Amino acid sequence: MAEFFWGVIWPVVVLAVLTVVIIVPLLLAVAYLTYAERKIIAAMQLRQGPMFVGPYGLLQPLADGLKLFFKETVIPSRANKGVFLLAPMITFILALIGWAVIPFGEGLVLADINVGVLYLFAVSSLGVYGIIMAGWASNSRYAFLGALRSSAQMVSYEISMGLIIINVLMTAGSLNLSEIVRAQAEHGWYVLWHFPMFMIFLVSIIAETNRLPFDLPEDEASLVTGYNVEYSSMTFALFFLGEYANMILMSAIATILFLGGWLPPFEVAPFTWIPGPIWFFLKVALILFVYIWARATLPRYRYDQLMRLGWKVFLPLSLAWIVLTSAVLVFFDLAP
Amino acid sequence: MPTLDRIARTVLWQELVKGFALTFRYMFRPKVTLNYPYEKGPLSPRFRGEHALRRYPNGEERCIACKLCEAICPAQAITIEAERRADGSRRTTRYDIDMTKCIYCGFCEEACPVDAIVEGPNMEFAAETREELFYTKEKLLENGERWEAEIAARLEMDAPYR
Repeated sequence: MAEFFWGVIWPVVVLAVLTVVIIVPLLLAVAYLTYAERKIIAAMQLRQGPMFVGPYGLLQPLADGLKLFFKETVIPSRANKGVFLLAPMITFILALIGWAVIPFGEGLVLADINVGVLYLFAVSSLGVYGIIMAGWASNSRYAFLGALRSSAQMVSYEISMGLIIINVLMTAGSLNLSEIVRAQAEHGWYVLWHFPMFMIFLVSIIAETNRLPFDLPEDEASLVTGYNVEYSSMTFALFFLGEYANMILMSAIATILFLGGWLPPFEVAPFTWIPGPIWFFLKVALILFVYIWARATLPRYRYDQLMRLGWKVFLPLSLAWIVLTSAVLVFFDLAP
Repeated sequence: MPTLDRIARTVLWQELVKGFALTFRYMFRPKVTLNYPYEKGPLSPRFRGEHALRRYPNGEERCIACKLCEAICPAQAITIEAERRADGSRRTTRYDIDMTKCIYCGFCEEACPVDAIVEGPNMEFAAETREELFYTKEKLLENGERWEAEIAARLEMDAPYR
């Protein structure tokens, strides 16, 4: 009995606790990301943003969440009920499970698997399913068009993202995310070596998460709000949380691949005093700020421009960079 | 050379960088919105808000029931009934303004020969029912008492331009 307890139940309990320790701060971060987004965009447009719920509107995300929670869930009569309800769950769960392999600090990772990059890529590819299921099951033209756009867009940008990641993998010599960060301690951050790829990666993750200026799937003007038109209350909230959790996940990936994860910017005294997870958090926050900054700055792309950018600009560029990287690695005998 | 210049600008994202710098600079500018119920913008002395009926300093109603305001009101929002009072002066027995009809044009206060009906500075009189917006003489006189200080100051400020 004791063997069974220590061998089976105890590890499950530990994992469950660790999962909660990751997910609860993540959901809080999602809530306050929406707050930060509203405040930053407001500041850039010379407005004040939320000011009424709590001091400086700090409780606004809670109020929004409660509002969505108490609303009625409307299921369209011609919708495919099962798929309709499954879609937001899939989106939300996929946005959460990616966090299993993200290292927050030296050794601070739930699952230290040696194919972490592959796992993350698989999870983010699956994200398309939630959206396309939502669009199809809603039985609405707008939702379906939004879903089609979204899936086409995510598939296109995943390709150039994959090619960019290959550069990092070749230089780091590992698919383990912690190993990639450790390799950056040796080589210097990859944003220095692969700067153009970092910029392309930033643009690609914005497109991948369907955020402005690439939010064509939720284009208010032409598609109402795209794939989530028919969703209300908690089903909508799950899409919303999923989208923002995905933004944070993508920022975390960019941080690990290019900005040296939990590493301090310089290995000297005042910087090394601050613990790794805080550096990680700051870097993720920086990339999230760029997300919001882009939303406040740029107008929406046209769909053909978006596709042209993905296939005719980013794809050849990242391919060319792979050739260049591998050539340099082989020529100078640097390959790990 | 112009081609090279253009290519360089495109590849280096010159316009994107410019745009991002602009929004970043704007982020630190003072905000132009007021935190409305707690902060309010200035109002002109000619602002036409909620109506009020004024009294003379000795407490006598100014309104002499000439019905000029009723006649000029383009929305026909004003209804007046008058009779001869015991001391022989003409006074209103009824002075109603339907605030849901009123278009806040200010003709009533322009027409008034004794500055009795005025539009005050108050514009926060939203109500939950229509009935609350059918103002009676009592309501208007009460408004006059409440806003008299501000109304008098506004009339004085505007007087040189009339």
